[in-house]
Amino acid sequence: MNTPVVRALLYLDGVNVTFDGFRALRSLSLTVETGAMRAIIGPNGAGKTTMMDVITGKTKPDNGDVLFADGTVDLTRHDEASIAELGIGRKFQKPTVFESHTVADNVLLATAGPRGAFSSLWGARARVERERIDEALETVRLLAHRDRRAGELSHGQKQWLEIAMLLAQNPKLLLVDEPVAGMTDAETETTAELLREINRDHTVVVVEHDMSFVRALDCRVTCLHEGSVLAEGSIDTIASNERVIEVYLGR
Amino acid sequence: MIAALLAEKLDGRGKIFLIFLALLALLVPICNLLVPAGSAFHIGTGTVVLLGKWLCYAMLAVALDLVWGYCGILSLGHGAFFALGGYAMGMYLMRQIGTRGVYGHPVLPDFMVFLNWTELPVAWWGFQNPVYAMFMVLAVPGALAFVFGWFAFRSRVTGVYLSIITQALTYALLLAFFRNDMGFGGNNGLTDFKDIFGFNVQSAGTRMALFLASVAGLVIAFLIARFMVTSTFGKVLVAIRDAESRTRFLGYRVERFKLLVFVVSAMMAGVAGALYVPQVGIINPSEFSPINSIEAVVWVAMGGRGTLVGAALGAGIVNALKTTFTTGALAPYWLFVLGALFVLVTVALPAGILGAAESLIKRMRGSGSPARKPAE
Repeated sequence: MNTPVVRALLYLDGVNVTFDGFRALRSLSLTVETGAMRAIIGPNGAGKTTMMDVITGKTKPDNGDVLFADGTVDLTRHDEASIAELGIGRKFQKPTVFESHTVADNVLLATAGPRGAFSSLWGARARVERERIDEALETVRLLAHRDRRAGELSHGQKQWLEIAMLLAQNPKLLLVDEPVAGMTDAETETTAELLREINRDHTVVVVEHDMSFVRALDCRVTCLHEGSVLAEGSIDTIASNERVIEVYLGR
Repeated sequence: MIAALLAEKLDGRGKIFLIFLALLALLVPICNLLVPAGSAFHIGTGTVVLLGKWLCYAMLAVALDLVWGYCGILSLGHGAFFALGGYAMGMYLMRQIGTRGVYGHPVLPDFMVFLNWTELPVAWWGFQNPVYAMFMVLAVPGALAFVFGWFAFRSRVTGVYLSIITQALTYALLLAFFRNDMGFGGNNGLTDFKDIFGFNVQSAGTRMALFLASVAGLVIAFLIARFMVTSTFGKVLVAIRDAESRTRFLGYRVERFKLLVFVVSAMMAGVAGALYVPQVGIINPSEFSPINSIEAVVWVAMGGRGTLVGAALGAGIVNALKTTFTTGALAPYWLFVLGALFVLVTVALPAGILGAAESLIKRMRGSGSPARKPAE
């Protein structure tokens, strides 16, 4: 493969994905610079989640480039675990935390460090400093709940716990899929604040439907439609774009 | 230092369990060997053998709980590893018979002479050596679990599909071991054992030693399992059970964790089988039958999965009931009792007998102390 010269943390070019004849992604191209925050919007079936799946190695694209870290890593050649090791963390649409573990243990399992089966048996992870876990929990305002079982948390708290787990992984790139779905207005506001805080030292890509939340993120927005990019720019440019209004926002 | 480590790794129920086993190891020999036969406290050798058998089952249950209760791998073929360990022990015991067989052949077991074989098959080489035989007790189930797990877990076969292929595995072995030309005694299996490590298998002393070895085996299996589930490794296992793909996205190679725990569990089951065979005096292909593996799952479910102690308890209780209901006038009703118990436990006691007992104790303690009552 002839690697193009790329100056971006994440670089997708001409990516196609087909499921049983359905073209989920049609030569999708997207660039996210290091340190940026990017919001991805688009109607259902626009390919937002498929794009996340391609980046995290869950789905292999039919063709196209999926490059990471200034084009030095070809993500299509890695599996989920090694992509996570490379520094891409993902928060799922539906909050999936380890329900029978405590909040602190959830974060412990996510903390960067050795991931081997044997090393974990001899307690390599048990030495993870309590402060690091507490720091992540502090950021997402869950420190008071550290010893509760994650299954007992409210929906919004589970979403935040997932974000804390992402933080603990200390990834270069955070992929956040619909973080405020099902949240109250107050929780939504807190989450936007939280993501802006995290963006200070991480690159963040957020997929979201809630336009007021996207506005609160105050970042560049990409609108997907039928598997490719429809428009890209500031929230105001997007919100006034004729095509975006037609397919997504509605008149 | 060991005491401190034990205290750290054991919870309340684990301590009670070990104390119970220690009492068993102390009282059973006294009641069997020292208390005179006429006394009400005397325990006959038949009972000792029965208890030893249950302890082996309990070990199998602990092994199964390790993979099912903690990692969500519902193996319906764990009986295969138990039987393979049993066969490895049986082969050692067959080679100890020597010239005392019916045909008096110094090398070949009776069934080979009967089949007109003239040479010992390669698979049997070395089994006269107890060290090699004990190594094979671990290595054969471990190797099978490794190969099986390698393919199954890498191809991400999970849930009911995995359960079905584990069932197929034990059934395939059942059919294979039935064949005479496999060289493992066919339909009749291996039996008529004489000595184990130079002692007569039938003598009361040897029986007691085997019983104590079974207690020790269960204790060791329990401690290994406990060590695994209390480490970070155990936390990852539970994470896999609760949300497998999430664990993978966190950067854990799920298949390696599954493979390691599956192999350890298979080896434990193999040792349980090896302790079982000299006590019951026979190993034949019926040990591979799928129903045995399913019964082991019932023990774990009834006792309380994901607790280890509950699994062992379940094995004891169900087998005690089985012994009661398969002898005498109640014999025709055993399967009804088993079925009813299984339905009752899954519907009424989802956390198993142990879970139900613990929450009952908690509630009794809670209502007993006035401080807990809400202020009015």
